[in-house]
Amino acid sequence: MIKVKVHVTLRESVLDPQGTVVKNSLHAMNYHEVQDVRIGKYLELLIEPSDRPIEEAVKEMCEKLLANTVIENYEFEVEEAVTQ
Amino acid sequence: MKFAVIVFPGSNCDIDMYHAVKDELGEEVEYVWHDEADLEQFDGILLPGGFSYGDYLRSGSIARFSNVMNEVVKAAEAGKPVLGVCNGFQILLESGLLPGAMLRNQGLKFICRPVELEVVNNETMFTKAYQPNERITVPVAHGEGNYFCDEETLKQLEKNNQIVFRYANDNPNGSLLSIAGITNEKGNVLGMMPHPERAVDKLLGSADGLKLFQSIVKHWRDSHVVTA
Repeated sequence: MIKVKVHVTLRESVLDPQGTVVKNSLHAMNYHEVQDVRIGKYLELLIEPSDRPIEEAVKEMCEKLLANTVIENYEFEVEEAVTQ
Repeated sequence: MKFAVIVFPGSNCDIDMYHAVKDELGEEVEYVWHDEADLEQFDGILLPGGFSYGDYLRSGSIARFSNVMNEVVKAAEAGKPVLGVCNGFQILLESGLLPGAMLRNQGLKFICRPVELEVVNNETMFTKAYQPNERITVPVAHGEGNYFCDEETLKQLEKNNQIVFRYANDNPNGSLLSIAGITNEKGNVLGMMPHPERAVDKLLGSADGLKLFQSIVKHWRDSHVVTA
């Protein structure tokens, strides 16, 4: 099995009100070095290898369902050979 | 005229929508389960509010892949009126029938209260019964109604008069240009965050939403029913 780690984040051009609140809270705790906070989603997919290149399949899943590319960016990393 | 109210797991305004059409508007209406694969017999499609699939992943993102959505797309392409309210609007955005996307409300709170809307475009099949720039009161109830799209899309929306409703006074959720409802380019698909189906009788606090449904019926009668 192959493990794929998908990160979905709001695009730069999109305001992230949750992130802003968390940043303000960190500042209130005296972590003034924090410049920005963006909140995203993390998904783990466990995929059975097939003839189809896994990058191609995951890209399609991201575009169709896992991310909404109007407001979100995605990136993923493929981890080889996970023992079951 | 015969309406379909599409029911997804987690829809919760389906009964309000059904009531608005059957009891207040006096037209035919049926519930249609999301698994259904035929909408041929219906003249108008209504996607109600709620939390389809628990809003998992993103509002409307799972519902958009229901069997019935292929039929909704077909109905839209055939020019039938398609109205999505609240979660129904979110599903229409996710399906690509309408441009843009929804973000969390700017204030991060779920907002549930009557709001004043401006009817920006009263030339659509959904708004012909309203006066130009008429102010109406309709309730909102959402946590993700902060409409967003890229600049290019926004320009197109303005140019084609696709912005149908705007929040009139304060902008409750931070949506671009105070957008509360938009149509597709052809004008037969309307998505809106406020709930016209909850404003169809004075007993409910407002009857301002009724004219939206009456507009749809009048438009349909004018083009489908020949009077001698």
